[in-house]
Amino acid sequence: MASLSWRRALRPTPTLEQRLVGLSLALAGLLMLAALVLPLASVLIRAFQDGEGRFVGLAHVAAYLATPNLAAAAWNSFWTAAVTMLCVVPAAFAYAYALTRCCVPLKPLFRAVMLLPVLAPSLLPALALIYLFGNQGMLRWLLMGESVYGPIGIVLAQVFYCFPHAALILSVALSGADARLYEAAAVLKAGRGRIFATVTLPGAMGGIVSASVVVFTLVVTDFGIPKVIGGQFPVLATEIYKQVIGQQNFHMGAVVGLVLLLPAVAAFLIDLWAQRRQASVVSGRAVPLQPQPRPARDGPLFAFCLLVAGLLMGLVGVAVWGSFIRFWPWNLELTLANYDFARFDSAGWGSLWTSVRMAFFTALFGTVLVFLLAYLIERGGVGGPLPRLLGLAATLPLAVPGLVLGLAYILFFNDPANPLGFLYGSLALMVLNCIIHFYTVCHLTAVTAIRQLDPEFESVGASLRVPIWITFGRVTLPICLPATVDIFVYFFVNAMTTVSAVVFLYGPDTKPASVAVIHMDEAGQVSAAAAMAVAILAINILLKLLHLAAAGRIEQTTQAWRRR
Amino acid sequence: MLDLLAPAAPRPVHLAVQEVSKRFGRFLALDRVSLEVREGELVAFLGPSGCGKTTLLRAIAGLDPPTEGRIIQAGRDITLLPPGQRDVGIVFQSYALFPNLDVRRNIAYGLRGPAWPREKVKARVAELLAMVGLEEHAGKYPAQLSGGQQQRVALARALANRPALLLLDEPRSALDAIVRSRLRTEIRALQKSLGVTTILVTHDQEEALSISDRIVVMNAGRIEQIGTPEEVYRRPASAFVAGFVGRAGSFTAEVEAPRRLRAGPVRIEAEAAASLTPGQAARAFIRPEDVRLGPDAAGHPGAFEAVVTGVEFLGALCRVHLLAEGVRLEAEIPSAQLRHLGLDRTARILVAIPADRVMTYPEG
Repeated sequence: MASLSWRRALRPTPTLEQRLVGLSLALAGLLMLAALVLPLASVLIRAFQDGEGRFVGLAHVAAYLATPNLAAAAWNSFWTAAVTMLCVVPAAFAYAYALTRCCVPLKPLFRAVMLLPVLAPSLLPALALIYLFGNQGMLRWLLMGESVYGPIGIVLAQVFYCFPHAALILSVALSGADARLYEAAAVLKAGRGRIFATVTLPGAMGGIVSASVVVFTLVVTDFGIPKVIGGQFPVLATEIYKQVIGQQNFHMGAVVGLVLLLPAVAAFLIDLWAQRRQASVVSGRAVPLQPQPRPARDGPLFAFCLLVAGLLMGLVGVAVWGSFIRFWPWNLELTLANYDFARFDSAGWGSLWTSVRMAFFTALFGTVLVFLLAYLIERGGVGGPLPRLLGLAATLPLAVPGLVLGLAYILFFNDPANPLGFLYGSLALMVLNCIIHFYTVCHLTAVTAIRQLDPEFESVGASLRVPIWITFGRVTLPICLPATVDIFVYFFVNAMTTVSAVVFLYGPDTKPASVAVIHMDEAGQVSAAAAMAVAILAINILLKLLHLAAAGRIEQTTQAWRRR
Repeated sequence: MLDLLAPAAPRPVHLAVQEVSKRFGRFLALDRVSLEVREGELVAFLGPSGCGKTTLLRAIAGLDPPTEGRIIQAGRDITLLPPGQRDVGIVFQSYALFPNLDVRRNIAYGLRGPAWPREKVKARVAELLAMVGLEEHAGKYPAQLSGGQQQRVALARALANRPALLLLDEPRSALDAIVRSRLRTEIRALQKSLGVTTILVTHDQEEALSISDRIVVMNAGRIEQIGTPEEVYRRPASAFVAGFVGRAGSFTAEVEAPRRLRAGPVRIEAEAAASLTPGQAARAFIRPEDVRLGPDAAGHPGAFEAVVTGVEFLGALCRVHLLAEGVRLEAEIPSAQLRHLGLDRTARILVAIPADRVMTYPEG
């Protein structure tokens, strides 16, 4: 024991298991680098370069500011988003409040209807609005001479499109109430108004901020609605498309991309800040609040829910109905002619098949990647900065608008110097793009599910000489299966409806259905466009129904232990 | 439970921890800790939360290897071995039972590979279920079990592979006192019958005193004392141990003469003060059961009067709070004697403390 050699700091040699985990994380790091960081960097670089790759400083930015149309687009994007936010958030709050805190009948129905717009491409409400208020619209007289093509149509369609996102966030925020706080407030003789202002609102504040931020970002970055119903009204999302696809001006496109990135990043940071403050409002020992019936409150809220649900169903219904109409609005005879897509678009039904394949592969590979990576980051037991950097990279895509990501992919993968260039225009690249585009929400879902597991599970396995992958397969995965399936469905549904990123990336044989909708609309085939949008919606509803059915089975087989 | 009469047969050392330190960034969680655990022994790591006892346990288990030092199990250096290559079974703080596996599958979790054909696993699981008395709960999921039953499943799972060393981390979930006491008696009986070397982490001194062969008292990453429960209770090595293990009334005093303490006007004979220099400030600890009251105190040299400031009824015993010229003391006497003494709230009573029962440490 005289030897002092073992006094120096010890460094354990990693086991095979730890090496594998480290290697997987390194591979995931490379993927994030190639699929997210480098493409985004190429947007940044391109915005400050000229055609020969020389640095030109702020020349493009100056040119941008000097172009009146582009400056106007920024302002238009901003104010339509603000107006939409102000309309959606209070309505969504009331709707979510009715579903979570009141005794309103038909709650399951209202919940299902609330999710309907999520399953449809954002183009669908825009097309429905054209049916109603467009140049041949049935209710055109309601606009009193104003045109729906422009800010009115954009805001109306966005309200419809953003409503479910806000309502979902707010119902989660409102469902975690601690009954003890309400009892304490009541015992202290606070009136209903005061309880609402001092307990309910502060508890939901994080959710309100989140919902506002999400709605604002969705509107600013959405491409489909302004494309279909925006008319001559310029917004950032359509300008970037015009610059890149219309004028092949990648430099100006990159600058517009950066401008589009600003509000998205700002919104992302605000949300992060709000989440941090929200952290521990509801403690683990909270007693769940059971809503008590109160007709004076429940009655009006029920009427409100009926109205909202009616509008949501109505708008979808109009699009569905319109897609079966021979010649709107002059010949209201029902027909399947609009579904004969080959008449309107060379890809025909093929584009729908492309979309399904793209959505399926996105969901399959995305789910595996998201869940494994989240598990390795959370439970891999690897020290150093890599897991934290990967966690950061996983939350970054939320701040990147789809259009910017799409542009980034063109610039990066279409560069002749890039050895990965062969991917350009392939389904594989579109799948990769979709995975990255929708990564963050899935990652957070997986992390939440994994964090509910006892942190010692891997230690138990290790102490019992069971390798980490066996514990993963026997314990972690079965417990997290419902969350995994949720992630799969989220990826699939979003990949089916997305337009913004893939609109830059499809090749001649890989045109997705959502892009076909835009093309048909551009060509004046509104009914065919509506039919394609309805077909997308139908596939998503089908998947959602399958999900519900499967969820029951999964519950039976893997979650039996939750029952007491 | 105390094996007062057990002969101290020197059994071979099973585990040796040598100068082990553990750093988390700048924080030193373990500071050059050394100890030995003999075969078949039950050793408790006792200390307040944050003292490093769980860190030391995790270092021995291989879950968080130490930054310095050496750990030797049965002659083999295991300092840096992963947990799977050590011969240890662990019961975790949270039990960490797999919620989606039933009791039988939880227990059988580590019984895999060529050494464990199906029939053998079945027999071993049945044996373990019988051992912890959970035969009729074999098909239940952990959420359907009580806290005590969960601990038994965790214990059976840890023992399944017949590890040479069993590590028991303190249960985090609060079991009620009676269940806790019954479980520890069971664990001790099981440990004795299996003869498995065991380390138990606890902050509950009653638990440590009642079931362990030896106690390692820890504080702020260091070992304060290693000894049998009786040694630790009767001859604490430091003021920390005296205050942490067992109840004791304590007061500051000055060493007046080689064997005498003075606290205000009160003078107390204390043999332990012999090791301190006169004039030095000291802290004295006195166990409540060592305080003599009334007739018992009469005739003691150095007996003094105190005011009874309160009496707590504890069942068989009563705790009497005393105040003598600024010195607070506690005494515990049988409840029957309380009636005999006729104490009420303002009574004055004669108090004496045997000189060999005053535990004295330098102050500061």
